[in-house]
Amino acid sequence: MIAGQVSKLIGSRVKRKEDPRLITGEGKYTDDVMLPGMAYFAVLRSPYAHARIDGIDTSAAAASPDVLAVLTGAEINERCAEPFPLFAILEGMQYPERWPMAATKANYVGEPVAVVVATSRAAARDALDLIEVDYEPLPVVTDMETAADADQPVIFAEMGSNLCYEASDQAGDPDRAFAEADGVVEARMEQPRLIPNPMEPRATVAEYERSSGNATLWVTTQNPHIERMVAAKMLGMPENKLRVIAIDVGGGFGCKINTYSESLIAVILAREVNRPVKWAEDRTEHFVSTSHGRGQAQYVQAAYKKDGTLLGMKLKIYADLGAYAQVISHVIPTLTPSLAPGVYGCRDIGWTTIGVFTNKIPYDAYRGAGRPEAAYIIERVMDLIADATGKDPVAVRRKNFIPKDAFPYETPTGMVYDSADYDAALDKALEIAGYDDLRAEQKAARKDGKLMGIGVTVTTEVCGFGPAASTGGLGGFESATVRVDPMGKVTVLTGASPHGQGEETSFAQIVADDLGVPFEDVEVIHGDTSIVARGVGTFGSRTLVVGGTAILKANEQIKDKATRIATALLENKLEDTLDPQLVTLEDGLFSVQDMPDQYVTWAEVGSEAYDGQLLPEDEQPGLEAVSFWEPPGLTFPFSAHIAVVEIDQDTGEVSLKRYVSVDDCGTVINPTLVEGQIHGGLAQGIGQALLEQAVWDEEGQLVSGSLMDYAMPFAQEFPMFELDRTVTPSPVNPLGAKGIGEMATISATPTVANAVVDALSHLGVTHVDIPMTAERIWRVLQTHGRSRRGGRS
Amino acid sequence: MIPQAFDYYAPTSVADALRLLRRHGDEAKLLAGGHSLLPIMKLRLSTPQCLIDLGRISELRFISEADDGGLAIGAMSTYHDIKNSALVQERVPALAAAAGEVGDVQVQNKGTIGGSLAHADPAGDFPALALALNFELVTATARSGRTIAIDRFFRDLLTTALRPNEILTEIRVPALAAGTGVAYKKLPNKASHYAVVGVAAAITVGDDGVCTDARIGVTGAGPTAVRARNTERILKGKHVDAAVIRRAANRAAANIEDLNDDLHASAEYREHLTTVFAARAIEEALSRAG
Ligand SMILES: Cc1cc2nc3c(=O)[nH]c(=O)nc-3n(C[C@H](O)[C@H](O)[C@H](O)COP(=O)(O)OP(=O)(O)OC[C@H]3O[C@@H](n4cnc5c(N)ncnc54)[C@H](O)[C@@H]3O)c2cc1C
Repeated sequence: MIAGQVSKLIGSRVKRKEDPRLITGEGKYTDDVMLPGMAYFAVLRSPYAHARIDGIDTSAAAASPDVLAVLTGAEINERCAEPFPLFAILEGMQYPERWPMAATKANYVGEPVAVVVATSRAAARDALDLIEVDYEPLPVVTDMETAADADQPVIFAEMGSNLCYEASDQAGDPDRAFAEADGVVEARMEQPRLIPNPMEPRATVAEYERSSGNATLWVTTQNPHIERMVAAKMLGMPENKLRVIAIDVGGGFGCKINTYSESLIAVILAREVNRPVKWAEDRTEHFVSTSHGRGQAQYVQAAYKKDGTLLGMKLKIYADLGAYAQVISHVIPTLTPSLAPGVYGCRDIGWTTIGVFTNKIPYDAYRGAGRPEAAYIIERVMDLIADATGKDPVAVRRKNFIPKDAFPYETPTGMVYDSADYDAALDKALEIAGYDDLRAEQKAARKDGKLMGIGVTVTTEVCGFGPAASTGGLGGFESATVRVDPMGKVTVLTGASPHGQGEETSFAQIVADDLGVPFEDVEVIHGDTSIVARGVGTFGSRTLVVGGTAILKANEQIKDKATRIATALLENKLEDTLDPQLVTLEDGLFSVQDMPDQYVTWAEVGSEAYDGQLLPEDEQPGLEAVSFWEPPGLTFPFSAHIAVVEIDQDTGEVSLKRYVSVDDCGTVINPTLVEGQIHGGLAQGIGQALLEQAVWDEEGQLVSGSLMDYAMPFAQEFPMFELDRTVTPSPVNPLGAKGIGEMATISATPTVANAVVDALSHLGVTHVDIPMTAERIWRVLQTHGRSRRGGRS
Repeated sequence: MIPQAFDYYAPTSVADALRLLRRHGDEAKLLAGGHSLLPIMKLRLSTPQCLIDLGRISELRFISEADDGGLAIGAMSTYHDIKNSALVQERVPALAAAAGEVGDVQVQNKGTIGGSLAHADPAGDFPALALALNFELVTATARSGRTIAIDRFFRDLLTTALRPNEILTEIRVPALAAGTGVAYKKLPNKASHYAVVGVAAAITVGDDGVCTDARIGVTGAGPTAVRARNTERILKGKHVDAAVIRRAANRAAANIEDLNDDLHASAEYREHLTTVFAARAIEEALSRAG
């Protein structure tokens, strides 16, 4: 904790400051922005996954009522100075240049082809139907495993193949490990693509001032400053002429990291028609216009000893990047082998990661980004070994844990785990679940011919990004400005722009405790680049870790200066000189040592800071501090989860009976916010295990293209989650925080998958791919036979 | 998700609605709860020039006792109305319960029994119940009206016996014969909560424990809801025990041609589910019968 500080708010269940605003409809989402003279644009998207564009006739659309302008992809692209920038380019990687719109060729269903701007949303939409595009359909690439084969159509002729990169490496000596093994387990594991579906779809509003050349862009983004950097570059404008605003953002899960074409189109159209313009994605459009997540085929081999020790692993991972790489999307799959050792001490690992381009919408970060895919591999491997050695999955895990005295621990894949105690988390989860009783219950259920399964996982992940090297050019810092005004109230500007996490609350808690001011006196401002000068943003569970610490660092400066001002005020009061060392800040009061009734308040200090008449000679007015903070290392939260499932043998339906989630995110600032992240995270991870999957046909059409076809879980499908935690503070930041945004999602998928496979294990089932839909399980039962009363157990 | 422009009328009587329907002919569509029609309009798969909203016609929204002791339900009664009606709960509890399983609360608040039957979604819940409960559908046209037996109502995918100039006004649910038990069982589609397959069973058992009548409606399996006549035949005249149920249920998909085969379920799985849910519905109906 913050050294020497009595904390009052840190760790307590302070209600979310932002909720009254959001619940009563006073939130300021992008689509809420209304400007005088607003025009609306709609985007014509390619209905083909791969097609040459031989011509576009926009004349009828342009002549349609209320239409202000129609621009083709080529016309929009011409108005850009540069193509999309990519960050963290991998060695030997090849990639296509990407401009905001398809001009001569469309490479996925949904790629923007033309835009209409009109005086109403409906008129813009109507005019789309009047644009005639002459498409010449081309052969389509959808399968990631064969995409780079020589006989496949090549999407970008200049590249010669669809291979983005193939990166092979190894740590230790995997061949030796396999030679020394008692056995090898192997599996092909599928990570279907997922469609993020935040509650708020994407939207953008742009306003352009011709006289100054200044533009304002309201946009649904997790990182307004990166958006500004990318958009300014591409539009050929200086950064200081582009203001990006994202006040309230209704979820993102990674899909709102990218700068999308619509941001650039918006600014271009606002300039073109000399009116503010707005675009808001509808839900169906979201499915084909906002990047997807996951999408891997994983070939996994693991060598083990009879006693359950994991000796080594060999991984081959295909990643379906979609039609283009964006921001750092191509790097995400490389996190999978990096995290593949999980919480275990295995040192001999070889891996190949193959990123390919296909005729699908680009892939990008999605809650966990690369780490869920890793946790899935290693946690399935642990169960495969347990199955092969006839040992309990819990025992196999314990056998392989990195011991708690080994931290900081450098993994063979080059990660430095900050701190952990996996046994403690597992012990707690087992106790809450009543693990031994559950196993007894399972035995009895099997005797009865029923299918019951218990899934156990212990996982870790990496978050709290930076340092800088960890984000490959996006910046590894966070910025904070802390300002005390003449009334003694505090304003905090944070660069870590949230999208639903509740930082207005948690950051205010930190500041209130640290400065000793009432929680209500702290305002946290974010999401406007003209107010918050710089920032990186909210992704990779970095906000509290990096953004929160930046605030503490600014507070240090504030406290120093405030104490000097307080000393001057007290000297004036006491008509005596004081040793500044004797003036301390406690409970929000600056007092003189041993004279508790001689104090000044933040309001007095704040007032004097600007009034300035009593300031010491060498002191300048003002009480405001700016800090940039970059962490020295990454953080590694961890968790132990247990799921209990039952399977209806007639239909294959899986029902989740219990879910125990013990998570360790280091210091907890606000348990309610942490639990909120865990609840939502579990829902997403469980949804991934049981329901969610984007499905394409051979033509590259997204078949699961709406919420009527793409299943996401309903709250009523879950049992009450049983949450608890252990607290292992991180040594890499003064808060001791580790980040909790993604942990539960990462753990939940393999936990439920393990539970389902466990339910079927006595029938000889060792692996089933996700999503474990009713039909898929029914098919497994068809081939492996049902569980019968008195049968196998 | 913006539909093509359309004119909108909100008549307050069936007579006015019929007049509008006659005036606008093929270009008009009746709007009930809008939960099937508006989504397809937003996707521009349906582009009517004119909508005639039945929502303000109070004479279409009622639930009352019919002369034969059965129920008369106005076409514009919502699932919510049906689920919460004391009369329905008393006379045909399985119908009230099924209304509570449709979609979600929003769908139940807006969707109507008339709209559900007129739309004839192959995965809709009420079509199965309509067949099992032997609904009679009362319609009105500008000239007159008629009563359509449910067995003649569902014609093909999204196609019914209703003519374009006809309004479905009332649904009659005949009084259940003494000793009848009713049940509806479905596997909900995890995305929409429509039925992947749903089976409704109405089974009448005499004092001697012999099944005297059985009507089984299956939805989700094929292009329209259908009766599982083979299953009914096996049940009728028998003392229904576990073996009979199994034999009967196994035939539930026998007369369904063109089993649906899509993202949500293969034809093979649907065929299997039909037998599973037929057995479950029959078992539950039996437990309430006699
Ligand atoms: C998210 C969602 C989930 C759903 N889940 C389910 C589910 O689980 N189970 C299920 O069964 N259904 C489900 N539905 C569909 C819902 O039940 C529909 O409301 C219903 O099928 C149609 O009823 P409606 O009143 O909305 O009709 P509308 O959509 O207004 O109309 C449907 C069609 O019927 C015609 N029509 C309507 N009333 C009449 C009338 N009186 N006379 C003549 N023609 C008429 C209309 O012209 C139109 O062609 C779902 C819908 C949604 C949006």
